Amino acid sequence: MSAIANPFPQAPAAWKLPDRGKVAMAGLIIAESAIFTIFVVAYLFYVGKSLTGPTPREVLETPIFYTICLLSSSLTIHFAARSLARDRVGAFLGLWVLTIVLGGTFMYGTAQEWHRLIYEHGLTISTNLFGTTYYSLVGLHAFHVTAGLLMLSMVAIFALVGRVGVQQSRRVEVVSMYWHFVDAVWVVVFTVVYVVGR
Amino acid sequence: MSSNAITVPGAQIDEKPWVDTLHEWVTTVDHKRLGVLYIGYALLLLVVAGIEALIIRIQLMYPHNDFVSPQVFNRMFTMHGTTMIFFVAMPILFGFANYLVPLMIGARDMAFPRLNAFSFWLSALGGLFLYFSLVGANGLYGAGNAPDVGWWAYAPLTARAFSPGHSSDYWTLSLLASGFGSIGTAINIVATVLCMRCPGMKLSRMPLLVWLNLVMSGMVLITITPLSAAQIMLLVDRYLGGHFFDAQAGGSAVLWMHFFWIFGHPEVYVLIIPCFAFMSEIIPVFSRKPIFGYPVMVAATVCIGFVSMSVWAHHMFTVGMNSYANSFFTITTMAVGVPTGIKIFNWLGTMWGGRIQFKTPMLFSIGFLFQFLMAGLTGVMLACAPFDWQLGSSYFVVAHFHYVIVGGILFALFAAFYYWYPKITGRMLSEALGKWHFWLFLIGFHLTFDLMHIPGLLGMPRRIYTYEPGRGWDTLNLLITAGAFIQAIGTVLFVANLVISYCNGKKAGNDPWDAWTLEWSTNSPPPPYNFASIPVVASRRPLWDLKHPEDPDSRYE
Amino acid sequence: MQALRSTNSFARGPLAVLLSVIWQASAVVGAVPPALSPTNIFASESTPAKSIAHLSVFVFVITGIIFVVVFTLLVYSIIKFRGRAGDAGREPAQVYGSTQIELAWTIIPILIVVVLFLATARVIHAIQDASQPPSAIEVTAIGHQYWWEFRYPKLGIVTANEMHIPVSDPENPTPTFLTLLSADTDHSFWIPELAGKTDLIPNHPNRMWMDPHRTGIFLGQCAQYCGVQHAKMLLRVSVDSPEDFAAWVRSQQRPAVQDESVAAGRRVFESTACINCHAVARTNANGRFGPDLTHLMSRATIASGAAPNTPEKLRLWIQDPNKIKPGSLMPAMQLSDTDLDAVVSYMETLR
Repeated sequence: MSAIANPFPQAPAAWKLPDRGKVAMAGLIIAESAIFTIFVVAYLFYVGKSLTGPTPREVLETPIFYTICLLSSSLTIHFAARSLARDRVGAFLGLWVLTIVLGGTFMYGTAQEWHRLIYEHGLTISTNLFGTTYYSLVGLHAFHVTAGLLMLSMVAIFALVGRVGVQQSRRVEVVSMYWHFVDAVWVVVFTVVYVVGR
Repeated sequence: MSSNAITVPGAQIDEKPWVDTLHEWVTTVDHKRLGVLYIGYALLLLVVAGIEALIIRIQLMYPHNDFVSPQVFNRMFTMHGTTMIFFVAMPILFGFANYLVPLMIGARDMAFPRLNAFSFWLSALGGLFLYFSLVGANGLYGAGNAPDVGWWAYAPLTARAFSPGHSSDYWTLSLLASGFGSIGTAINIVATVLCMRCPGMKLSRMPLLVWLNLVMSGMVLITITPLSAAQIMLLVDRYLGGHFFDAQAGGSAVLWMHFFWIFGHPEVYVLIIPCFAFMSEIIPVFSRKPIFGYPVMVAATVCIGFVSMSVWAHHMFTVGMNSYANSFFTITTMAVGVPTGIKIFNWLGTMWGGRIQFKTPMLFSIGFLFQFLMAGLTGVMLACAPFDWQLGSSYFVVAHFHYVIVGGILFALFAAFYYWYPKITGRMLSEALGKWHFWLFLIGFHLTFDLMHIPGLLGMPRRIYTYEPGRGWDTLNLLITAGAFIQAIGTVLFVANLVISYCNGKKAGNDPWDAWTLEWSTNSPPPPYNFASIPVVASRRPLWDLKHPEDPDSRYE
Repeated sequence: MQALRSTNSFARGPLAVLLSVIWQASAVVGAVPPALSPTNIFASESTPAKSIAHLSVFVFVITGIIFVVVFTLLVYSIIKFRGRAGDAGREPAQVYGSTQIELAWTIIPILIVVVLFLATARVIHAIQDASQPPSAIEVTAIGHQYWWEFRYPKLGIVTANEMHIPVSDPENPTPTFLTLLSADTDHSFWIPELAGKTDLIPNHPNRMWMDPHRTGIFLGQCAQYCGVQHAKMLLRVSVDSPEDFAAWVRSQQRPAVQDESVAAGRRVFESTACINCHAVARTNANGRFGPDLTHLMSRATIASGAAPNTPEKLRLWIQDPNKIKPGSLMPAMQLSDTDLDAVVSYMETLR
């Protein structure tokens, strides 16, 4: 016999299990959170322990505008996903592209800050403990933003050629979970680097 | 094909060019085939790492031996440890999980078959990186070769100053690759278990193997990534001039230790929990009783998962933490022994009042019980920080953890092989060869690892390529090496059994052990689609219910 | 254990007596030194080592009892409940669990853990938080790849690989307190009969102490993998009577012996690269990368215990360290035979 030919138990009336895309993305987020936690711990551990070189207080400028951009992009992506679920593809596309623009602005802000730190203050990853931990932590986050922007752009391309509709709303939601995670990490990184670690 | 007038159509259908078969296997996304690939890969590396162990043991047979140079010896113990943990134990356990989890929950495959394949090949690539170092790690002073920094790669030994060349980088890259592969598989298992169970299989009706692999996968998500993070930091130090672990710039070698052991300790629970899973499936079937205390077994495992994240610094008792930290890690380490010990009692309770059948899977399971008990107790001893101040980094610790890994994990794996080989291949493994394998391996194991505790008590540290005579270690080391060879012979018999039985073994049928979980309801080997129609279950032992309609488990739920 | 008996409020009288007996017995058992090995953790001769040995025996006994009990139950169940020929087709009673039993075997281990923890915590504090008396000898140990540097800051002594410390009379203790540092990678200082091991980690000073109760030579070695010659980074501690220790201190504080008959050797030593790494007090040689050689001949071994301190071995070592310790960081000096003999003669005068 290759199966239970006589299903002696009755199938339950309703058998609803969670969506596997969301569970998998949640798993990925948990794993990524663990990586970020270790980098944050290293950052906090080394606050004030650099033997030389510029200190955070001397060189850091709080990136309020770019933070607002990034955090707003969470709002725009949320509404974009919601529009798609309600089959309002136009609104979805507009909000989605706005999310990419906001994320891209944030990356520009990071690039600008790093340029200033390297060329005006001489702070690189090898300068001192602050340099090492700062560039590693912020860089790891920026890497994740970049990966997110690539994913968002791919979805945008598919949307622009008309391939994204309400049937894809579940998958789009999974992508947006990742984006929310990236923003949440920035809240933590921002607090640790620009508030606590000064 | 043939020009004979009379042919047997069935026989011709099976003949296919070997290239096609190879292609199928290389491109497969079927969880069963990927499971077999994982297991085959791990067995190959088990032999390689076993040879590394034999080299170590030959060198240590008597004092001032010069079988290998110190450089080669140091590479051997590094490669042996790294290979065994990451390229034998992890893949083989993921292999069994891959094979069994979908079958046991009545699903047709894992949640993400392509991710499954990707994770396997990424992990395999990691192994390739590690062994490529033998060829490719050229650097200064000819210091290019296999890594020789120990499998924990403590800073600052891994700094450019003390490890020139690329051997440490191959260690790092290989574990980054296999680490990401492990995370992929873990995500897959979690999604499969939570989202793909057949109708009626509530979480409280899942086989314990599924529960325990779920917990193990959850742990992998938060425990492998700290190692990846630390390794990225190491690469930043080595290549970008970073100072994470650079004492000259104010960095801390102890930070590496914390990060490594935050990975390293839960990792050993990641390894043992699937073995608990095997025991929890096999012991009930061969005792002819359900597992004693299913809810507590689940709760204890979840408990272990959490508490094991809080014990890591018991690997660091000697680094100079203050007395409060040492006391904290002592109590948490002892605490994690409680849910672990409870499981032994539950298995004992399962056997109690049963009708035990001493087939080979059960022999290995019984070996596991005795040995895991002893290993757990030496673990409790080592949990006492002052005891660890004497015996940490000595052969007592080496004996303890090999007792867990070989006496526990490997014995459980052997049991799993003998139990599920019929399902995977459709043939029974030879019981006669199996018994020879068991007894030889048992004798060799005890000769080696029981005795190994003693040099530790007599002051022999680990990771030494030779030692002084007159410390009382000489005869013991010789006997330990003898035991290693006996285990090697046992392993050879095991591999022979796998190969011979594949061709000549007795046909197994669907359910050779009269077992109760869903994988035994389908063919051996299962068809690619697993089940003709998705099963519906009403209890923890659906096949028991079918076989005993007068007294089904569903009545007692 | 006495405190346990008097302060607990529930009826654990007999159990407390039993634990107390085990605790006292452990002290006796742990104190008997079997002459199996010079590095036997149970042949303890110093307070930290003794309290660890005592605790170890206590823990052994408790875990041993657990082992015997569970082992017996396992053996019993295998024998009593083995399947017999006539069993085919008949299944035993399908028992799913028992709350009382499971509760019992959860609570009892928790209690055992509490007892073990309390005993352990006491020893942890006693050893780690011991205060340093004014009569203590202070030694700074600096770990190198693959040798030990010992400095006695208050006595102005710098030496290598072999340490001398005074015996400590329990009435009038003169313990030795060590500060542990590292010049390169991680090492660990382990003399099993005197104390548990403590690591030497760069940028992370550690402290440990020992108070040996008898004179003699105590052996040990590095216990944290530090590189290729980790295995031959041996330790040799000479515990001296107070008079012998004072004599040793005086001899170490003396300046280097100036013997004109070995002037040739001294010239070779000071004009080649030797002085880049080695120091001989009050001469041109001021290197700190390798061991201080001022009183080389006061040591029983060379190369951190890898060879006995004889002229032949010394000559071999200087000619090519890789013959004794392959991978050692001292390079072969490529000296001619004449120069080699001269240098060895010079070294032989550095008492």
